[in-house]
Amino acid sequence: MDFKYDIIVVGAGHAGCEAACAAANLGSKTLLITMDMNKIGQMSCNPAVGGIAKGQIVREIDAMGGQMGIVTDRSAIQFRILNRSKGPAMWSPRSQSDRKRFIEEWTKTVSNTPNLYLWQDTVTELIVENDEVKGVKTLLGVTMKAQAVILTNGTFLNGLLHFGKTQIIGGRISEPASFGLTEQLKSLGFATGRMKTGTPCRVDARSINFDAMAEQKGDDDFHKFSYLDTVKRELKQMSCWITYTNEQTHEELRKGLKDSPLYNGQIKSIGPRYCPSIETKIVTFADKTAHQLFIEPEGVDSQEYYINGFSSSLPLQIQLNALKTVKGLENIQLYRPGYAIEYDFFDPTQLLHTLETKRIKNLFFAGQINGTTGYEEAAGQGLLAGINAHQNCHGGAPFTFGRNESYIGVLVDDLVTKGVDEPYRMFTSRAEYRILLRQDDADMRLTERSYKLGLAKTDRYQLLLQKKEKQADLLSFIQNYSVKPAQINPFLESRGLAELRFGCKLNDLILRPQLGIYDLAEAVPELKTKIDNIETQPEEVVESTEIIIKYSGYIDREKQIAEKLHRLEDIPLKGRIDYQKVNSISTEARQKLIKIDPETIGQAARIPGISPNDVNILIVLLGR
Amino acid sequence: MTICAISTPNGTGGIAVIRVSGPDTVSAVSTIFRPKNEAHVLCDRPGYSMTFGSIVQPGTGEAVDEVVVSLFRAPHSFTGEDVVEISCHGSLYIQQEILKLLVQAGCQLARPGEFTQRAFLNGKMDLSQAEAVADVIASTSAAANRLAMNQMRGGFSTELNRLREKLLNFTSLVELELDFSEEEVEFADRGQLQQLADEIHHVIEKLCNSFALGNAIKNGIPVAIVGETNVGKSTLLNLLLNEDRAIVSDIHGTTRDTLEDTVNLNGIQFRFIDTAGIRDTTDAVENMGIERTYQKIEQARIILWLVDCTAVTEHIEWLADRIIRRSEGKKLIIVFNKIDKIEPDERQILEQLFQPYPAERIYISAKKQINTEELTQALIHAAQMPEMSENEVIVTNLRHYEALNKALQSITQVQEGLQGNIPGDLLAQDIRECMHYLGEITGQISTDEILGNIFSKFCIGK
Repeated sequence: MDFKYDIIVVGAGHAGCEAACAAANLGSKTLLITMDMNKIGQMSCNPAVGGIAKGQIVREIDAMGGQMGIVTDRSAIQFRILNRSKGPAMWSPRSQSDRKRFIEEWTKTVSNTPNLYLWQDTVTELIVENDEVKGVKTLLGVTMKAQAVILTNGTFLNGLLHFGKTQIIGGRISEPASFGLTEQLKSLGFATGRMKTGTPCRVDARSINFDAMAEQKGDDDFHKFSYLDTVKRELKQMSCWITYTNEQTHEELRKGLKDSPLYNGQIKSIGPRYCPSIETKIVTFADKTAHQLFIEPEGVDSQEYYINGFSSSLPLQIQLNALKTVKGLENIQLYRPGYAIEYDFFDPTQLLHTLETKRIKNLFFAGQINGTTGYEEAAGQGLLAGINAHQNCHGGAPFTFGRNESYIGVLVDDLVTKGVDEPYRMFTSRAEYRILLRQDDADMRLTERSYKLGLAKTDRYQLLLQKKEKQADLLSFIQNYSVKPAQINPFLESRGLAELRFGCKLNDLILRPQLGIYDLAEAVPELKTKIDNIETQPEEVVESTEIIIKYSGYIDREKQIAEKLHRLEDIPLKGRIDYQKVNSISTEARQKLIKIDPETIGQAARIPGISPNDVNILIVLLGR
Repeated sequence: MTICAISTPNGTGGIAVIRVSGPDTVSAVSTIFRPKNEAHVLCDRPGYSMTFGSIVQPGTGEAVDEVVVSLFRAPHSFTGEDVVEISCHGSLYIQQEILKLLVQAGCQLARPGEFTQRAFLNGKMDLSQAEAVADVIASTSAAANRLAMNQMRGGFSTELNRLREKLLNFTSLVELELDFSEEEVEFADRGQLQQLADEIHHVIEKLCNSFALGNAIKNGIPVAIVGETNVGKSTLLNLLLNEDRAIVSDIHGTTRDTLEDTVNLNGIQFRFIDTAGIRDTTDAVENMGIERTYQKIEQARIILWLVDCTAVTEHIEWLADRIIRRSEGKKLIIVFNKIDKIEPDERQILEQLFQPYPAERIYISAKKQINTEELTQALIHAAQMPEMSENEVIVTNLRHYEALNKALQSITQVQEGLQGNIPGDLLAQDIRECMHYLGEITGQISTDEILGNIFSKFCIGK
């Protein structure tokens, strides 16, 4: 043991674990340093993975050969596809996880990954020579050498917890914060700021009256996160429960506002607008008389439940009094109160698209340290940072994602181009080409690239090739198979659908909103045979084929526009214009261009404060 | 870099204007300009000033011409840079000589459109305004000029930005429903979205429809001159154009193809289209010409049906059938030519014969130029140009029209989608497309080809 590695990853949360596994699986000798080896992959907030846009990110991570999808599937106690009533771009997988099992699966994964080493300690200092990172020093006094370092410190940098007026220094409840790194990075010239997030209280199931609440069950079908056919859901499936706050609840909450850290000036940093605390909700939406709460299970062997929608940093007694007024929670017993946490982040415009810092070579940032929120956003960045740290160590080319290729690409481009002014969460509306970034085809978009890189292994690549072949085969059958009215009309009639007067292709019937491939397989035996002959994951093949058929018009048009706009991405800009000398653009635009130093015209166009006119000027100056 | 060019048309005129723009404008012009009043040294003169003096050879001091120098100081000039306009006498030699001296003084000859490009680069105008500069220069009628001026001042951009805001509003309502379906927010109901979509559709459609008018204003109102062979169509065209444009002869069917030219009558631009005479013939080439005549009738807004007073036969009904059928919704004027060759009672017969046809009738002689003023008045009246208010936005540019048309298709899809209850993400895609096409006009979404195309369209000096 010589404490010399290719790559050191600091922090074993969702970003750190994913980064470490990616780097190690690519062949780098990687060290993962965590303050507590019993909390690898800890879910600091709610015990759920995925959701709208986030679920798509997890599918992308899996398609790349990352681990989050596998860990989530194995620890899932409920799985749903959200937004089923909307188009396929919106179908979003989400699961409740058994929190303990999630940590166990992650621990198993990192401890069984070749080239991956573990060390329990706190990193207090980076070793930096000539603007290049060379290793880290720890609280235990160990000096470790590495060619690249990835920081994934989450909420731990100068973390400060707020429970009403009580303030506790820490990175998470009952865990110490981390000091020294922010100060060192600041002295190296990094811009830093503070952010705030929060989490609700956890309660004892034995004190909940579930009969007074509405039950929300999971889906019971083939969907899951991982594209690998070997990964399955293994645990008993559980329900979530829905209840509501009422006027009396709000009255109790209002009594505590004067002691609320958010409203008495104790917390100054910005929290996420889309994930407000319950006290923010009653102040901002004072006319609403009820707010929805989801009561989510924390695990199969646990009595612990999570009150989703009730994030709060009000004093403990206020939280308790307010909860007791909620239907079904009258006799509630708390395990622990909700709290708010403030932590340091670094302006992500200081990063390249590879997540390497512009200032210090081979130093990478991933996760909440970049001002994002969410396990999935963190994991996606971790994966990318892990890949690029490996590439840097072994002379590989930088690896980046396009905005028309993945949500991770949208995420990273937004971060490094626009920066953040509140914790950044992914939404589907952030993607220009939503219909190209569906959950059903992340493998089609990414697995081949990852296979060429060496991250996705042969089993995954073989599955992709099979899926592609089966999909093409099914598609061509459906497009060429002619249906006669006599053959299909009894079926259509039985479904109460308009009958055919002339023959048509099977394809035309699938275009009808009420009909799918499986429906028609009932009436067309050859189609059924075709589907029965798909050996692996037939449902995935059928679903993706059906989407291609039903939405081809939209998909094609989006592709055309993406290609047209992509030409701007192909015009390199970096290093070609001295912005100081361009008088024709506004001072604000000039400063932004100097700060971000965009790679392409396309990226420049997305910088806030850069007007279309500015972009045109840049194009003209490039002599196009 | 300081640039210079002759800004007035190529050739000899009363005066000519040479424009200079760039950081060294004043110093460059100073080396070749000697003010009449020695106190009026150019570098001390304020912006918006005119200085009288001579252009001289820097070496010998020999005067080339007496000129007036107008000075505009940055940023208060067309290009946003220091600009000088030298008004000199119009001789080609003088123009070339001054240009040569300017180049010797360190100026560069401007590339096509470079002055406008600089104005654009210096934030003096956006893309659609820059395009309008070309239209202002090329405008041949009062109405066309007014339109182009309106666009140059940004009227069109304002209208589009307003539209964009509406769309942004609409799209945010739809996006909300998508990303926050799991949260407890209230979504816009479909009726409200439908109303908003209808509003947007209405605005885009109005802009699209204005193109027919805008095009007529910019390119001239199309007037087709039709009739049998040898009734004097080409003579009439020449009369209207005041030149021997069409080949005139006594041989039937001389004009076998259509000829067009524009002329400005009373500030209105007309585009006259001479057509091949219509008759029953087996000549394949001539029949092709006749077929094209029918097409031209369809494209025209005004049809002049020319009839030879001296040669009216029962064949006229066959002809009337063909012309009137195609004139629906257009202004038809029957012009009786060679009026000087018939007696008043013959005219009575003609009147009766043509009574059934719904058209205005005018009697002229193209050759002797009788009553031609009455024809001109009828044309101006028929043009019926709607009064344009200063602020009305009318689309004249084909590129804009095409983009608007695509935007109209997208918003129509949005409306259909709302009726068919399609999912919000697909609706959102249609709205985004609509915004994309509108963005193409103002340069919100700019591709380098559009820019290249625009700047290459300008003539030197602008």
